[in-house]
Amino acid sequence: MSLLSKKDVALIKDPLADNNPITIQVLGICSALAITAELEASIVMAISVLFVLGVGNVVISLMRNIIPSKIRIIVQLIVVATLVIIVDLVLKAFAYELSKTLSVFVGLIITNCIIMGRFEAFALANDPWRSFLDGIGNSLGYGVILIIVGFFRELLGAGTLLGIPVLGDPIELTGLYQFGYENNGFMLLSPMALIVVGIIIWVQRSRNKALIED
Amino acid sequence: MEHIELFFKSIFIDNMVFATFLGMCSYLAVSKKVSTAVGLGAAVIFVLAITVPLNWLLDQYVLQPGALVWLGDDYASYDLSFLSFIMFIATIATMVQLVEIVVEKFSPSLYNSLGIFLPLIAVNCAILGGSLFMQSREIATFGLALNYGISSGIGWFLAILAIAAIREKIRYSNVPPALRGLGITFIITGLMAIGFMSFGGMLTGGDEEVTEEKTAQVETVKKESEKELANNTTINE
Repeated sequence: MSLLSKKDVALIKDPLADNNPITIQVLGICSALAITAELEASIVMAISVLFVLGVGNVVISLMRNIIPSKIRIIVQLIVVATLVIIVDLVLKAFAYELSKTLSVFVGLIITNCIIMGRFEAFALANDPWRSFLDGIGNSLGYGVILIIVGFFRELLGAGTLLGIPVLGDPIELTGLYQFGYENNGFMLLSPMALIVVGIIIWVQRSRNKALIED
Repeated sequence: MEHIELFFKSIFIDNMVFATFLGMCSYLAVSKKVSTAVGLGAAVIFVLAITVPLNWLLDQYVLQPGALVWLGDDYASYDLSFLSFIMFIATIATMVQLVEIVVEKFSPSLYNSLGIFLPLIAVNCAILGGSLFMQSREIATFGLALNYGISSGIGWFLAILAIAAIREKIRYSNVPPALRGLGITFIITGLMAIGFMSFGGMLTGGDEEVTEEKTAQVETVKKESEKELANNTTINE
């Protein structure tokens, strides 16, 4: 008897690809696009959402029988807001520069549709353990896309990863730059995030024909 | 002058959808038909116009460091700014409910046309984002906050109207199957955002530095990337 049954594994694995919150369910786009100019910010955002969604799903699931359905949205918002305040204070204490970069987008985790969506669709109807797995799975699926987008935007836009130059020095013309390579500064601007996500969706759907919309 | 500047700046330069990606979820989900897009856009303008000034009052008289001074000198050292997320979202959720009740009572026709969108708006990031940007941009007066709410709502309205119109037309085009629906919408929005970037020079023409400073705090990321781009272009030249 393993800790995770087959169904539990599916809960974690499905959102990573075939039921990805961003590319398939179209949830939580705002933050995915706005903060992915750097890989580091994407990773921090992914971890924050992992925390908020994992814990939030468990809390909502524990309270699912006592929340009156009429005011459940307000209850959910308060739970998320509390968790997000914790994340915000932790970021301000330990990574102040980064929290400036993320600016209002930490606060916007509150209205991140992934979180409300999972609360509504899953945590309100399932037991805490399964809700926890669902939360982890979905936030990992979200994180994967964030990290892919952040990776390409930082690599192609600034030639760095996590702030470390990986393609050589553009001023002293070492590495790739000596062959005339140029950073594409356009990748750092916000519109490119949309186009990168669009391309990810394109790649994913051409590999899995079942996902194509008519 | 200040009002006009803020008005155009919030609609075009800091457009909620194209510059900060706020309210993307409903933007993508509800933009299949122009008529529904108009309904949601109107609801967003309406709710932003109410919640931003309200949250401005809350921020000014309750949340900011030292804001409680009107209660007496003892309260001058209180800093409740860590509560702003929870206060803002609570205000928004209650206001949305209130607006829903009031509109239903006094204008059933408007209620029917806004319909299901009103309750959804409570969890639209454009609304909370409006309040948070209002706070972090340190908008100075109540009038400006009201202006900011309305004009960023109009910006959002324009964006969803445009994409809905494009999506209605694109049905007749031959899009690669894997890009149909979501994929092409993303790419079109990206192209529209590039177009909207050109408005960036609209207000910065004469006094570039002053405006730069104003927006600096909020758009550090954006500014850095623009600098990067400028550097690159100079290198190219």
